[in-house]
Amino acid sequence: MIKPIRAFLPVAAVAAALVPALALAEATVVAQKDKKFSTDRVEVKVGDSVEFRNDDPFFHNVFSLSDAATFDLGSYPQGESKSVSFDTAGTVDVECAIHPSMKMTIEVKP
Amino acid sequence: MQKTLRAALLTALALGTGNVAAAPVVDGYVLEAGHASLQPWLLADAPPHPADNAPSAARVELGKMLFFDPRLSGDGNMSCATCHNPLLGWSDGLPTAKGVKSRVLDRATPTIVNAAYNAIQMWDGRAASLEDQALGPMEANVEMNMDLPRLYAWLRSDAVYRAAFEHAYPDEEIGASTVARAIASFERTVVSKESPFDRWVRGDADAMTPQQVRGFAVFVDPAKGNCAVCHAAPNFTDDGFHNVGLASYGVEQPDLGRYAQKPLGLMKGAFKTPTLRDVAHTAPYFHDGSALTLEDVVAHYERGGEVRENLSPNMQDIALSAAERADLVAFLHALSSPPAPVVLPTLPTRPSPILVQPTLAPERGMAATE
Repeated sequence: MIKPIRAFLPVAAVAAALVPALALAEATVVAQKDKKFSTDRVEVKVGDSVEFRNDDPFFHNVFSLSDAATFDLGSYPQGESKSVSFDTAGTVDVECAIHPSMKMTIEVKP
Repeated sequence: MQKTLRAALLTALALGTGNVAAAPVVDGYVLEAGHASLQPWLLADAPPHPADNAPSAARVELGKMLFFDPRLSGDGNMSCATCHNPLLGWSDGLPTAKGVKSRVLDRATPTIVNAAYNAIQMWDGRAASLEDQALGPMEANVEMNMDLPRLYAWLRSDAVYRAAFEHAYPDEEIGASTVARAIASFERTVVSKESPFDRWVRGDADAMTPQQVRGFAVFVDPAKGNCAVCHAAPNFTDDGFHNVGLASYGVEQPDLGRYAQKPLGLMKGAFKTPTLRDVAHTAPYFHDGSALTLEDVVAHYERGGEVRENLSPNMQDIALSAAERADLVAFLHALSSPPAPVVLPTLPTRPSPILVQPTLAPERGMAATE
């Protein structure tokens, strides 16, 4: 259902320029910095992706066990990113398993 | 060489050239007492508390009574302080705890020193707050094995406790919420933040020895001890969960730790990073009590762990010289606050709530192979 994509997503505008005919999904970037997500909450549409980028000098994890999306991006070091696309509407609670004080919510709109 | 350096320094000072002896900088920290870069290591003056449990003298005093009262256990012989013993660093000095009828439990008793500053409680993080945690060990049949409704009835029937509860939580029922909040209020007073390290961070250049300052440098240097990556400012914990490669993870059906709460591969064998404040008083170390001394702990990390399967990604190979190793351990000894006297409460002298002695747990619960 949810496919973790190990890739750096192009900025939507660039992608749109390259493939103008497609109705493109937006990529939102959420950073992990100072043991916090850069935002508490983002809103995306079904089909959109969120890219999680680690800006801390140690490993973080990103996972969700929510009904609307279950994924585990594993752990990765500073400078790396991983993306998740969402194909089910609902609320997705995202955490870092290593540092559980790091929490954020993704609202996936139909 | 040192003499030459000192002579150069004295000359520089005599000439009034000021900053020639710039303090070393390690991982962004300027190793100079009181420097601004060190201030994140200072704890807040008071630990945080839930909105419905602001501390008061009455709440702390009631909590202390409950904390030290052995009648909160099923056999009437174990209090919170049996395992969280102030004489032993608010822990028990045992590799792993002993519960009801000395049953050996799987995990070490965590100190309650500075637990008030933790964002999450217990080795596997299954309690969010001190209030959430307080009743767990009382109720657990392998620990204090208490019938809680019976305990509440006994507390309500006692004039001394009734008055103490009324004073602490006016017009509230004596029950789970008030008992838990009172104990948590007391625990919030068990704080270590007057150590030599704290005084050094605040500006007392003589609070730590030169060796301890060097040990701090080893501690925070990602290329040396790399300790602060998990034992982070200000409470020497990241409130996080790590598999640190203990031998006990290699046994059949090991304790999976955090995985029981968060079933993710990364959390198998991961346990919460303990604070290091007052760490010199809380041997033995690790959640399984497998390291007897701080030197053993450092040696464990230098070996890179015993069982490296599912090792925390934040644990990296380290190599220290003998001098660096000694400096690091010396620094860990600088994290102890002067022992604060504990004035024991006066408890009501009525009989225990246990009118009928419970029978021993079935044999399966006592098996030595457990």
